[in-house]
Amino acid sequence: MGAVAHEAHGHHDDHGHHEESFVSKYIFSQDHKMIGKQFLMTAVFMGVVAMLLSILFRIQLAWPGEESEFLSFFLGDQWAPNGVLSEDMYLGLVTIHGTIMVFFLLTGGLSGTFSNLLIPLQVGARDMASGFLNMLSYWFFFISSVLMFVSLFVETGPAMAGWTIYPPLSALPTAVQGSGLGMTLWLFSMSIFIASSLIGSLNYIVTVLNLRTKGMSMTRLPLTVWAFFVTAILGVLSFPVLLSAAVLLMMDRMAGTSFYLSDIIVQGEMLTQHGGSPLLYQHLFWFLGHPEVYIVLLPALGLSSEIISTNSRKPIFGYRAMIGSILAIGFLSFIVWGHHMFVTGMNPFLGSVFVFTTLLIAIPSAVKVFNYITTLWKGSIVYTPAMLFAIGLVSTFITGGVTGIILADSALDIAIHDTYFVVAHFHIVMGMSAVLGMFAGVYHWFPKMYGKMMNTRLGYAHFWITLIGAYGVFFPMHFVGLAGAPRRYYDYSVYETFDGDTFEMIMDLNVIVTIFAIIAALGQILFLFNFFYSIFRGPKAPQNPWRSNTLEWTTPVEHIHGNWPGELPTVHRWPYDYSKPGQEEDFVPQTVPLAEGEEEH
Amino acid sequence: MAKLFVLLVIILGVIALAQLMRVYELSSKLTNKKENEISNRDNRLNAKLMLGFMLFLFIGFIWMMLKYGWTGRGPAASVHGEQTDWLLNLNFVIIILVFFLTNALLFVFAWKYVKKPGVPAFYYPHNNKLEMVWTVIPAVVLAVIIILGLNSWNEVTDKAKDDAIRVELFSYQFNWNARYAGVDNQLGKYDYKLNDDAANPLALMTTETIDKAIENMITGPNGIEDLENKLNDPKKVYSEEMRTDMEESLARKEQLIRLLYQMKARNTGKYDKRAKDDIITDTLYLCKDQNYELTFRSKDVIHSAYIPHLRTQMNTVPGAITRFKVTPNMTTQEMREIKNDEDFNFILMCNKICGGAHYNMNMVVVVMEKEEYDVWMKGEWKKMDGEKRLMKRGKIHEATFEHTYYKKEPTKTYPEIQAEKAEAEAAKAKEAEGEDGEEPTDGGDVVDNEDGQTT
Ligand code: HEM
Ligand SMILES: [Cu+2]
Ligand SMILES: [Cu+2]
Repeated sequence: MGAVAHEAHGHHDDHGHHEESFVSKYIFSQDHKMIGKQFLMTAVFMGVVAMLLSILFRIQLAWPGEESEFLSFFLGDQWAPNGVLSEDMYLGLVTIHGTIMVFFLLTGGLSGTFSNLLIPLQVGARDMASGFLNMLSYWFFFISSVLMFVSLFVETGPAMAGWTIYPPLSALPTAVQGSGLGMTLWLFSMSIFIASSLIGSLNYIVTVLNLRTKGMSMTRLPLTVWAFFVTAILGVLSFPVLLSAAVLLMMDRMAGTSFYLSDIIVQGEMLTQHGGSPLLYQHLFWFLGHPEVYIVLLPALGLSSEIISTNSRKPIFGYRAMIGSILAIGFLSFIVWGHHMFVTGMNPFLGSVFVFTTLLIAIPSAVKVFNYITTLWKGSIVYTPAMLFAIGLVSTFITGGVTGIILADSALDIAIHDTYFVVAHFHIVMGMSAVLGMFAGVYHWFPKMYGKMMNTRLGYAHFWITLIGAYGVFFPMHFVGLAGAPRRYYDYSVYETFDGDTFEMIMDLNVIVTIFAIIAALGQILFLFNFFYSIFRGPKAPQNPWRSNTLEWTTPVEHIHGNWPGELPTVHRWPYDYSKPGQEEDFVPQTVPLAEGEEEH
Repeated sequence: MAKLFVLLVIILGVIALAQLMRVYELSSKLTNKKENEISNRDNRLNAKLMLGFMLFLFIGFIWMMLKYGWTGRGPAASVHGEQTDWLLNLNFVIIILVFFLTNALLFVFAWKYVKKPGVPAFYYPHNNKLEMVWTVIPAVVLAVIIILGLNSWNEVTDKAKDDAIRVELFSYQFNWNARYAGVDNQLGKYDYKLNDDAANPLALMTTETIDKAIENMITGPNGIEDLENKLNDPKKVYSEEMRTDMEESLARKEQLIRLLYQMKARNTGKYDKRAKDDIITDTLYLCKDQNYELTFRSKDVIHSAYIPHLRTQMNTVPGAITRFKVTPNMTTQEMREIKNDEDFNFILMCNKICGGAHYNMNMVVVVMEKEEYDVWMKGEWKKMDGEKRLMKRGKIHEATFEHTYYKKEPTKTYPEIQAEKAEAEAAKAKEAEGEDGEEPTDGGDVVDNEDGQTT
């Protein structure tokens, strides 16, 4: 932020000169660039927390019942008596880890950061459609993050029903202690989060539709903006459904209604609720839940499209097909949610329909992968750290995507649903891909965010440790899952009672996984260090460090209100004219008019 | 103290890293190196690492496949399970091919097309034919997968055959019961309001259990009268919280008792018989090659009955019945021989997060030959008292059922097993040196603690 602080004064733009106070500049800022950075900082903090939580429960899984100083240091006597993690807290850690990673890091953090930063800059707008709502969106996100974080310190523990918080478990404080105050906080936090996400998404949609600069037709938009745009639409259509699911759950918890509850006896107490259906909740949840996984993934794919094209010095292959796949994925993602419910007692015929739609979604996904690969073909690849991460993303998208095909086949899902195979699938395809995409974005647009360069060598080291570490964590989980090991188990000693060989295999693999997890986690220190060090002391960034075509690189390095001094740029071509024959340079920015007789593409 | 030390090390580490960065910065200033200009050396290094990583990934995968096989569950032990495995293997072949092929293309291109000075990139924005090809090929392959998958799914979820024996699996925090339909092969009716943890844990409905439930609700401990007395007793002082809890509990019971009276009024006793011959056990005994229709029920939260070896899984949903049909086709004994493990058992594990002891909620599943199964079943019938014996088929033979299937308690933690292994290896090494001919003892005798079956 140093550069901004020193150099932003005395700027001259359309809005005229006005002094900004510290508060309006750094805290209640309405500038999209600052808000993007606020999202990023909050998300980085939440991400570190969630990663730490995962290390805590991985220790238990690898060395069950062994005393650990590390555990008692972080969890104290209440949750880790004698340095052994308690059963309940294990579930609490798993739940909050999942929630933070999916919603706070990969939804709020990823979309919040990059939609905010890039949409106005890449469509050629002075700011978001509504700066005030944008600010509100961040502060809602902030409050919900605080609530979620605070819920870790509640006396009865955080929510413990898994990130999907299926009732009745999440509705009954007597069923598990985390369903008391911890779950209340979870529900409030998520409700505020949803409000934040809705406000943000509406803003993104309006900005993309209305504030494109002259010449920026929809088919000249960078794929990043297309991805953010479709993501925002998914969010607007699906998050309200999660909100209603949460509100009904709150009513079951507080007002004695029976939306999700029926004929229950818990801890010896017979409840009067009758006629509710736990499946209703699952339908509502996954109606958001599945689009949500694409809300997480699409922005990452958008970022990497841009990065791969720039650093291969080639146009992205099949630009229109890429847009088509984004739209197809967006549409299909709304009609596949039932694949999470094959064995819940849902009508089997309905199951068949979801098998069909789910497998359809693999087609646009495959198209995207092949297009990325063809973009690399005969390119002239420059390995910036961002490029490494983007290629890593394509690999994990493939590796995790193919196992989806097995899971989507309901007849096979019976045998592996809710095992570690599923955990492997979604961590690779969603977790890793989105995290790699987010890192790629940070390395690539850091110069735009902070006016400084990050250190390249540290970036390399960070990438290789992360890729090897993460594959090392999640790949063996396939084998654990195929051995039938259920997920969300505190330990696997039950295997010892019926199948000693498999028990040993599971335990061997669990140790391997935990060791890789620790390596990968330590690797992130390199990133954190690089990130913060470069903010303050990194070398000054040139205006267009990656020799890129898109509009954001035509803005001055110093951030100014309104983005461009003087008039807004006019766009004359698509953003992917890299290595176009007959051009002097190997890139042609979107603002360069077509030469006489030049075809657009 | 140790914490302080760790903190100190971390701080020092960060400072050291910062100093290194300073040095790096100074040197790059001297050589005029810019962070955004990637040297050819760095490009080539990363390109090679891409290829290296591909090898790491592929070799690692193959190694794990060789070491662990692709299913640690062993062969399927049910009729539909064999079908599942066949399809699973087919799908695996397809996706593993795709995995190798596309990852190889990705990493090889990443390695091969790294920037070479003077060689420009090839401007290639699109090719409709090519894109068509890789839309159609996946579509065709997926069509095959969908058709085969749905065929199999339809079979698995089809109605059970008429001769299927009905067994109910009842789940609660944190255990399982099995309920056999008895001679009439009809499961007795139930209603959760009839639950009585001691006498009627599965809340079966008969004229007597309805009466008993009403009685309990009114006069039992923490029944309506009890609560009223407590609340009205001026001599007793309760905390605010306890008082509200008691008041709420009383309100609930007053509501429930009305429903119980309604139930009593409607009851004709017609279904008593169905319930009375039901057999309840805490191990699931199945007969080889027999069709079963399993139904599932939950007392409190959602659980899931997962029997990996039978490739069977179904959630248990409070307030609803779910079902799954299965035909085991391999006995426990046969599987023991295949696995070469005398202690092996089939198992049913809870597979839906359900609270603290979720990981400990399981039930042994025993699959037996017909003869053995009959002996067991007759023994169960015999255990019931005279009135409940509603068998129409012949007399009950004197039958004793001795089995070796029991629920073991986990005895060792993983670190202990590791230590044991290390010890055993050390002993072996010693032996190899020929120091002494003593045989390594393993484990000691297995204790045969037969579990008592509740009826
Ligand atoms: C080829 C495309 C894909 C198919 C066919 C597919 C299929 C499935 C299926 C059937 C499940 C349910 C498995 C079960 O619970 O037994 C599942 C779980 C999941 N998938 Fe995918 N998937 C695909 C791609 C993705 C992508 C791209 C993402 C994320 C960006 C994703 C994220 C998830 C998540 C988060 C879950 C687990 C949710 C949970 O149970 O906690 N999947 N997938
Ligand atoms: Cu899904
Ligand atoms: Cu359970």
